[in-house]
Amino acid sequence: MAKVVTSPVYVVGDNIDTDQIIPAQYLTLVPTIPEEYKKLGSYAMVGLPDELYPTRFMVEGSTEAEFKIVIGGKNFGCGSSREHAPIALGAAGVEAVVAESYARIFFRNSVATGELYPYESRERLIDICRTGDIATLDFDNDTLTVGDGTFSLKPMGDVRPVIDAGGIFNYARQNGMIPSKG
Amino acid sequence: MTLTEKILARASGRPRVEPGDNVWVETDILLTHDVCGPGSIGVFKREFGQDARVWDPSKIVIIPDHYIFTADRLSNRNVDILRDFAKEQGLPYFYDVIDDPNGSWTFNAEVGQIKRQYGSRYQGVCHAALPRLGHARPGEVLFGTDSHTCMAGAFGEFATGIGNTDAGFILGTGKLLVKVPETMRFYLEGAMPPGVMAKDVILWVIGDIGFDGATYRAMQWEGPGVGSLNMDDRMTIANMAIEAGGKNGIFPADKATHEYVSERTTRNGTKADYNPVELDKDQKLIFDKVYDLSKLEPTVAMHPNPGNRALAKELEKVKLDRAYIGSCTGGKASDFFAFAKVVKGRHVKIDTYGVPATSDVVQELKETLWETQSVWNVLVEAGVKMTENASCAACLGGPTDTFARLNAPLTCISATNRNFPGRMGSKEAKVYLASPYTVAASALTGHVTDPREFLS
Ligand code: SF4
Repeated sequence: MAKVVTSPVYVVGDNIDTDQIIPAQYLTLVPTIPEEYKKLGSYAMVGLPDELYPTRFMVEGSTEAEFKIVIGGKNFGCGSSREHAPIALGAAGVEAVVAESYARIFFRNSVATGELYPYESRERLIDICRTGDIATLDFDNDTLTVGDGTFSLKPMGDVRPVIDAGGIFNYARQNGMIPSKG
Repeated sequence: MTLTEKILARASGRPRVEPGDNVWVETDILLTHDVCGPGSIGVFKREFGQDARVWDPSKIVIIPDHYIFTADRLSNRNVDILRDFAKEQGLPYFYDVIDDPNGSWTFNAEVGQIKRQYGSRYQGVCHAALPRLGHARPGEVLFGTDSHTCMAGAFGEFATGIGNTDAGFILGTGKLLVKVPETMRFYLEGAMPPGVMAKDVILWVIGDIGFDGATYRAMQWEGPGVGSLNMDDRMTIANMAIEAGGKNGIFPADKATHEYVSERTTRNGTKADYNPVELDKDQKLIFDKVYDLSKLEPTVAMHPNPGNRALAKELEKVKLDRAYIGSCTGGKASDFFAFAKVVKGRHVKIDTYGVPATSDVVQELKETLWETQSVWNVLVEAGVKMTENASCAACLGGPTDTFARLNAPLTCISATNRNFPGRMGSKEAKVYLASPYTVAASALTGHVTDPREFLS
């Protein structure tokens, strides 16, 4: 089955760090507890400064964002090792981030949890797209289409099947690296 | 091979590895704390079953440190989750906040933030405590659920931060799939001149390569200059590898390393044997640069990121509301001694807060006498608000009742390691990162100040 997501995008700048994605005071929430997982989603991106981001990522009081695709610049997800960052985005309904580059731990955590696809763009899409633009992400062809422009994204290679499987545990089980659940 | 490659080759049972190889490595120590421990335990139980046993209790170190001295209910509960798990799994290295293994932790807001509220096992900031407790050994592989796990690279080991899911995987298997990073070499010559600290070295280097300049890479520190750095200095430098995006920072182990490690493993009765890796002649490096320590000057990372470099003397116009000394990077005993040297006999001009990284730093400051006065009292008399409750405190903001948290859009100079918007609380606050000397001198004047004028 073809995997395609069409959604309004949310556009952020360079060096979006984990404190902006999920501020430290919400780290008391434990992601493996289902209600707290949901709560994390409701706080996704609240650390973005209001004056730079007048359109907020989350509508106050909701647990799901209208944006399933986030467009970022360089070094997305830098800062702490908190897995709460990709989880908060995933819990809010984000399917993919498309950024020019990632900080290592954010990338790794996205893959390990299977919460979202961290795509790398070839162009500086944050100068081309605006928050609210409708985009179509085609996972089979690694492209993002916004308006009349179609941009090719870097294929994810090795890590793609891990995210497809839903994270490292499912992947390791499918490949016999750890025993399947009893 | 480089130091990192040699360690990863050995830990994966291969004769050689190359940068880019994905290898399964055996974990020597898994470190976690109150913020990521409960989630990691949750992943472990979800995936391996409610009755699952960890792969090796002696290799798990749990040090609660982040959100301890707060009335926040969830934070207190998270420490209890760690205690229950340690008891259930029989973990010998859980450094609890309280002494009663069957108790539960509640912070007493009436007693307040200043007076000690912990028991005899409690340590404080995990990265500062880990080596002091004899859990850092040359040649080993350390994974921790915290990005500053790289601090232990000061001891010649491969140390890196991971997320909860990876940690849950390790709890069950002891293994992790790692991509071998490329190595950048920082070749140090000379020695630091008066007024310059290890913090200046790392802020200078991050300013040089950019705060994503080491993304996915190992930062290896070598050269004759390394010998002039003590273990605390090396820890400060390795700590901030992540602020350049690095996967790890690493120093070769030398005599100072071995002495420190053997003293600490003996004192805490932890595993004393280890197998260090030595520097090879044929190293493949992706970057290689010489830094002369004697040429460095007091350096500052300006709001809003750790790579935004300036010299302290260029920023005299920057007015400050607050000064802060603490954290894994800047809250060691040596950091407080440096700070005290500057403020001794003087008085700070702005709100100034001091949070020792660990409980033994508190003790050391109280027991060390300068003439007849303890260093602790030197600081208090200079107007520094010191807390006995060693922890991460305002380094990462935390719940709103956290000691010294920036709850308003203030401008703060801090001996910590990160200054992204919102890091220490308010997202409108501005944080300048500097050495303990520079933070101290700036606390005295109320603006960013080169500390050398106070040290002659
Ligand atoms: S002191 Fe700060 S940087 Fe260090 S572990 Fe704690 S929160 Fe992280």
